[in-house]
Amino acid sequence: MSYAGRFRVWRGDDAGGELVDFEVEVNEGEVVLDVLHRLQATQTPDLAIRWNCKAGKCGSCSAEINGRPRLLCMTRMSVFEPGEVVTVTPMRTFPVIRDLVTDVSYNYAKAREVTPFTPPPGLAPGEYRMSQADVGRSQEFRKCIECFLCQDTCHVVRDHEENKDAFAGPRFLMRVAELEMHPLDVADRVTAAQEQHGLGRCNITKCCTDVCPEGIKITDNALIPMKERVADRRYDPLVWLGRTITRRRG
Amino acid sequence: MAETELHEYDVLVIGAGGAGLRAAIEARERGLRTAIVCKSLFGKAHTVMAEGGCAASMGNVNENDSWQVHFRDTMRGGKFVNNWRMAELHAKEAPDRVWELETYGALFDRTPDGRISQRNFGGHTYPRLAHVGDRTGLELIRTMQQRIVALQQADHAELGDYEARLRVFAECTVTELLTDDDGAVAGAFGYWRESGRLVRFDAPAVVLATGGIGKSYQVTSNSWEYTGDGHALALRAGATLIDMEFVQFHPTGMVWPPSVKGILVTEGVRGDGGVLKNADGDRFMFGYVPDVFKGQYADTEDEADRWYLDQENNRRTPDLLPRDEVARAINTEVKEGRGSPHGGVYLDIASRMPAEEIKRRLPSMYHQFKELADVDITAEAMEVGPTCHYVMGGIEVDPDTGQSRVPGLFAAGECAGGMHGSNRLGGNSLSDLLVFGRRAGLGAASYVEGLERRPVVRDQDVEAAARMTLAPFDPHPGGTGENPYTLHAELQKAMNDLVGIIRTEAEMTEALERLDALRTRVRDVVVEGNRQYNPGWHLALDLRNMLMVGEAVASSALLRTESRGGHTREDHPGLDPEWRRRMLVTRCAGGPDDDPVVPRVVVEPAGREPMRQDLLALFDLAELEKYHTAAELTAYPEGASA
Ligand code: SF4
Ligand code: SF4
Ligand code: FES
Repeated sequence: MSYAGRFRVWRGDDAGGELVDFEVEVNEGEVVLDVLHRLQATQTPDLAIRWNCKAGKCGSCSAEINGRPRLLCMTRMSVFEPGEVVTVTPMRTFPVIRDLVTDVSYNYAKAREVTPFTPPPGLAPGEYRMSQADVGRSQEFRKCIECFLCQDTCHVVRDHEENKDAFAGPRFLMRVAELEMHPLDVADRVTAAQEQHGLGRCNITKCCTDVCPEGIKITDNALIPMKERVADRRYDPLVWLGRTITRRRG
Repeated sequence: MAETELHEYDVLVIGAGGAGLRAAIEARERGLRTAIVCKSLFGKAHTVMAEGGCAASMGNVNENDSWQVHFRDTMRGGKFVNNWRMAELHAKEAPDRVWELETYGALFDRTPDGRISQRNFGGHTYPRLAHVGDRTGLELIRTMQQRIVALQQADHAELGDYEARLRVFAECTVTELLTDDDGAVAGAFGYWRESGRLVRFDAPAVVLATGGIGKSYQVTSNSWEYTGDGHALALRAGATLIDMEFVQFHPTGMVWPPSVKGILVTEGVRGDGGVLKNADGDRFMFGYVPDVFKGQYADTEDEADRWYLDQENNRRTPDLLPRDEVARAINTEVKEGRGSPHGGVYLDIASRMPAEEIKRRLPSMYHQFKELADVDITAEAMEVGPTCHYVMGGIEVDPDTGQSRVPGLFAAGECAGGMHGSNRLGGNSLSDLLVFGRRAGLGAASYVEGLERRPVVRDQDVEAAARMTLAPFDPHPGGTGENPYTLHAELQKAMNDLVGIIRTEAEMTEALERLDALRTRVRDVVVEGNRQYNPGWHLALDLRNMLMVGEAVASSALLRTESRGGHTREDHPGLDPEWRRRMLVTRCAGGPDDDPVVPRVVVEPAGREPMRQDLLALFDLAELEKYHTAAELTAYPEGASA
């Protein structure tokens, strides 16, 4: 059941690098991460790979396989032909640290810009009551394993470093939606979604949804409903009036 | 000497799993400057793998539940060698810790009346596990991660700096703890994984929350981070470990394909109705109810099936016996030739409920089998077998504060010992993290506040730590030039084959010999490449810890001549009440001829403190008699009963 797999792996660091060809044993039932580990153990002991759970649960092993953003531990070798060259490169949207490991600090910086969960004043621990139907919407988004593949694939920041400042990316726009849909949250992030987090730059191409290993409907269930909330706010004359008055007072 | 970056904090937390994050939140909320150091990125810790839930006797689903019932279940599951004070604190405080998470933004599954839903699990009398589908650990980590971000945002608003009082040092490994002239903790030494730069932390209090030791075994549900770092760091700093012979093999890990062997299949599958079957299609667990649990589990399949619907009038299915019992049963079935094609048994949920229901209740399991094994669990049975999952043994701590025998050194979560006795109940791990993570954070904060002067790091210790860390790049002449990956594989094989579920004196002795041979070879380990994100180097350093821990497990297992919980001796099959009173304590041997790379350990017996009377009175005398010597029970309060 074993065969010699042909791999092309990007090796290098922030100063540059190249694709290097390897031939390495592949066994039945293996995933790409298994084969890269074998490469480490037998040919390239210093090949840098980020991974942790090897079960698709931690979101560490994100990279691009034949150009497509994927988890190394959830990509089975059986999807390739035995003679096919499998090309593994680091996520393109983030700066390379070494080999397949990238600097994902952009994501952690964006996480800090979202107003956190804000419970209603006076609600004591143990008194929270929410229906399953109501928590279900945010729960879908909380399945996120923070692999950042959606961030990697989104064309607003892929190859557009200059947009990173003003765009939180699908993962964190979804975080905004998750908190807005939390049945007990009392903060307001609708205006910020548009003005700070860059929701307006998303043109709902759904590429993020396509690569999400958790199968979260990022675009349909988080981004579009958020856009609707922004639109409602903008064209609702009462809200407009309220905002204008507050602004004058302030 | 290599250049070393220096940071100063009040409290340094090592590990960013549930216990570490909860400890850091507490220390920061007490106003102390706190740092978290972790080997992975922030939010990736092994806690995310916990599936089933978090045990807390909130009584939302069955109002008969109480801390007393939870305490009893925990002590029974651990076969009465648990540190009873820890079990008491845990049972009493778990509900508050879960409710607190809701104030941080956690979204647990709900009951029809809007409260936190609770599910059944092995060894728990009532539905007790707060859960989010089968990704409860992820919810805990994300919730606490987001709480930490919220605290950083508050600091940013007040002081203009997110990291003014709470900073996460991600992808940074600690290789040594630093102590002062009096032996108190003074800081820690490590390196950045990304750059290989050396780093030193000066801090009067350190909380170890490094998790377990599973990566010393070949078949394990644990991630690469679980190399026993906290256990080994504590030993080298002068602290003690207890109960290291007690290692939990989770009964249901995946067995096929080989590359995923060991990955966890949640106990929630059985909690929700899945049953174990052998190759003949028999539900074999009915034949494995041990004497100590006789009468507490269903005798027939009919009663077991009725229990899922009506728990008042039926006894639970033996599929949900504590994990040690189920793991041994599976081991026996396979050994006696009634296993599945790939050396496991069958776990069947497909024939027990509609496909849609399975997908809704167990989405990650559905996904995991579909993606990794090409098995549709709504249509066919899973193949499962035991996998190394959890170490009950760990750093000996004061139950109330989490402090070890070394002043200023605290521990919480899996790397701390005592709470779970000889066997941990499912669901008691997430609650353990919250309860004792918070307590260790508080303990560390109070300790720092009470100090008159800050401990001073000794320069020679820093230099020694730096030399040790860089040694694999500078092999001594004439060395054998060992490959860290090869050594690791040999260590895993020795532990798996010889210190596994079923143990004998001969195997334990052989294991110790093999570990001793590895110890010599570890000194000659060499790594290629440079210090920048170099996994070979990282593994070479982790090997030191895995070897020390392996030796602690094998030496303890050799001494305990009885079978109990996560320690089964083929040559001593019974439970021995005399052994209940004794625990095994591991410490560094020390002395002038000690090995600096992998210091030798010694294991010695010590007494266990007898249980407080009011707690003893929570049990029937008849049950206590199964575990205790007659002399111990003379203190049993007159007229008491459960
Ligand atoms: S749908 Fe929006 S966020 Fe998602 S990839 Fe397209 S532009 Fe980016
Ligand atoms: S939303 Fe999906 S793709 Fe994006 S980070 Fe989360 S899990 Fe990954
Ligand atoms: S290693 Fe955790 S998702 Fe791949």
